[in-house]
Amino acid sequence: MQDRSDLMNFIFGRLSWDAIPFHEPILLITFIVVALLGGALLGWITWARKWTYLWTEWFTSIDHKKIGVMYMVLGIVMLLRGFSDAIMMRIQQAISFGDSTGYLPPHHYDQIFTAHGVIMIFFVAMPFITGLINYVVPLQIGARDVAFPFLNNFSFWMTTAGAVLVMMSLFVGEFARTGWLAYPPLSGIAYSPDVGVDYYIWSLQIAGVGTLLSGVNLMVTIIKMRAPGMTLMKMPIFTWTALCTNVLIVAAFPVLTAVLVLLSLDRYVGTHFFTNALGGNAMMYVNLIWIWGHPEVYILILPMFGVFSEVVSTFSGKRLFGYASMVYATVVITILSYLVWLHHFFTMGSGASVNSFFGITTMIISIPTGAKMFNWLFTMYRGRIRFELPMLWTMGFMFTFVIGGMTGVLLAVPPADFVLHNSLFLIAHFHNVIIGGVLFGAFAGITFWFPKATGFKLDVFWGRMSFWFWLVGFWVAFMPLYILGLMGVTRRLSHFDDPSLQIWFQIAAFGALLIFFGIVFFIVQLVVSIRRRESLRDLSGDPWNSRTLEWSTSSPPPAYNFAFTPRIHDLDAWWDMKTGGHQRPVEGFKAIHMPKNTAAGFILAMIAMVCGFALIWHVWWLAALSFVGLIGSAIAHTFNYDRDFHIPAAEVARVENERTQQLAQLASVS
Amino acid sequence: MSAAHDTHDDHPLEAHVHSHDHGHGEAEPHGTLKGYFTGFILSVILTAIPFWIVMGDVFRSPQTATLVILIFAFAQIFVHMVYFLHMNTSSEGGWNMLALIFTAVLVVITLSGSLWVMYHMNANMMPAMSAHDMRNMP
Repeated sequence: MQDRSDLMNFIFGRLSWDAIPFHEPILLITFIVVALLGGALLGWITWARKWTYLWTEWFTSIDHKKIGVMYMVLGIVMLLRGFSDAIMMRIQQAISFGDSTGYLPPHHYDQIFTAHGVIMIFFVAMPFITGLINYVVPLQIGARDVAFPFLNNFSFWMTTAGAVLVMMSLFVGEFARTGWLAYPPLSGIAYSPDVGVDYYIWSLQIAGVGTLLSGVNLMVTIIKMRAPGMTLMKMPIFTWTALCTNVLIVAAFPVLTAVLVLLSLDRYVGTHFFTNALGGNAMMYVNLIWIWGHPEVYILILPMFGVFSEVVSTFSGKRLFGYASMVYATVVITILSYLVWLHHFFTMGSGASVNSFFGITTMIISIPTGAKMFNWLFTMYRGRIRFELPMLWTMGFMFTFVIGGMTGVLLAVPPADFVLHNSLFLIAHFHNVIIGGVLFGAFAGITFWFPKATGFKLDVFWGRMSFWFWLVGFWVAFMPLYILGLMGVTRRLSHFDDPSLQIWFQIAAFGALLIFFGIVFFIVQLVVSIRRRESLRDLSGDPWNSRTLEWSTSSPPPAYNFAFTPRIHDLDAWWDMKTGGHQRPVEGFKAIHMPKNTAAGFILAMIAMVCGFALIWHVWWLAALSFVGLIGSAIAHTFNYDRDFHIPAAEVARVENERTQQLAQLASVS
Repeated sequence: MSAAHDTHDDHPLEAHVHSHDHGHGEAEPHGTLKGYFTGFILSVILTAIPFWIVMGDVFRSPQTATLVILIFAFAQIFVHMVYFLHMNTSSEGGWNMLALIFTAVLVVITLSGSLWVMYHMNANMMPAMSAHDMRNMP
């Protein structure tokens, strides 16, 4: 590095050949495998001449349905990465006892647990909820798209750009070694002088822009674009939870942005917000990041509560029990989620009065959640329950999440937290609620709405395999961690001296192996379902005999969703239409005004990614250039007046008539 | 970003959709020159007074000065919201008001909560604390 000329330093900043981890065999092999697989994928796309198709039909699409699907794909891809990190950690902890130091050097292990947390929260869970909301909400409220279709595409690509930056850190430089929230002073420039924390900061900032904008977008969509007659209390429960989640996103994410800006000022220009010197206070960072961080966990779980509600009422063949109480519980959780952040740092020393306040608010928040649980149980009570895949995931959730919730209330008691803080008990608790709640919810949502998005159901056998391996794997992997946590084992350790603990870690590793099969079988399920799609085909558009409006369309729905905006008379609008003898409109179609695809979102996000990369590596000229380019391109895009087009009435009539005939055929067969 | 409305312009039913959406655009109070002018003058006054307080060293104690300046800042926030953002209790069918109240609640929680928490952190975690003090922490 020192030998380089000023010119080289100017051109490449901190970037040099040293940044490529040639000396780390694990990373090198990973890189080779990723390069081979990636090359094969790109080669296949080229060979199949799919680039134009991908570009025009997907990448530049501003159709909320396609963007929703792309979010889900992003989530699944990142789940594979996040899980690789998880299983590496489990193997390391299972073998690294006594004289054996395992196979991961500490600085690599530290990057892995940080990357695992960051990826699973920001690039798996967030894309899953945004994807589901994106796909389902406009259909549920009878709208043709979201409020700002271009912004939606831009948000997706910003999230992807953040994910790409994290992935890049694997092979160029390194990722943060600080834990997923990058507490200073460890994340400050004095203790983390390398690029890891900068990767962390800029990938989250870029993805954060996407999250915030999609939050605004979906909130406006829900408030302004509901079909006539759909008052707030006739809104499907998933849309309600989506609304509350997006309100939380809009209110909470700016705090994350601000606190990361302060951290980057500390790192880049030498301010002292969070250092130990010159009046800085690292405790303020912890305080601020949890003011974002606690609402964030409700951002993740609320939409999944919505998914479970839809699934439970559909597969019990009943109206959701206690709809109004469900809505109020959701709203109460939305507000209360802002009043509990301190329970993440009871042990930092704020004293008994502060701790007891936040301990009590934390216990209170379990009440509305418990109310929801009873609503689901009462919905199932005396219902005609069909144990289809989404219902399986929901049952798995109910068993698992309740235990996670109870250990959460246990941790909410400050004296207990002093014993369990940062122990594996905590790790087991939040995996219990995040896997049991968010991930099971994502899988329930995927299996539930997959036929809507594609026109065929997912294969049941492989779905069951995936479910049972996930469920059992989860319990086997995390129960030992509860036990270890009670014995006082802290998190983030890469080596242990006490051999009596080893058996628990080995059991946990075996559980991770079961989860591995759960993931593999999920992929197998996707592949098998696509290959067998003709036998799994659903032509009715309503394969589960569901209740809400999205099931009134064909599967997949036409680009314009609804030829005529439906009128809503009842909470379960589609059920009402089905039982009330609703007649399909067959004439009087009009041309439909639609937004046009645009590459602007993709281009802006790619420039933002370059800008982030340049800032990470201190390539100032490129950072300045790409920032100017970013602003310039954004302004240039505002002069693009060619934004919309009309689907001609004849085309709408053709699509709708085809569908009418299809339905008539189906009716005559059955 | 008017695409939201555009995609729905063709709906014959759209006008009945939301009571608060009646012929969007027309009914909303677009600012008059007089309104903007009033807002501008008020903002200038509300900025000039704090400036004078600081430059003229009007109050001896900096705490009083800070407090007075904060009050003026608060007043100015309201001037901006009323005259520039055209907010009142009925705009957008009350949604604006609701959003404002929600925002205010969260800002108050965040700021007062952080002050409360950080005050205790500083008080308790100061290094020069005896074991006796520690045991009698608030």
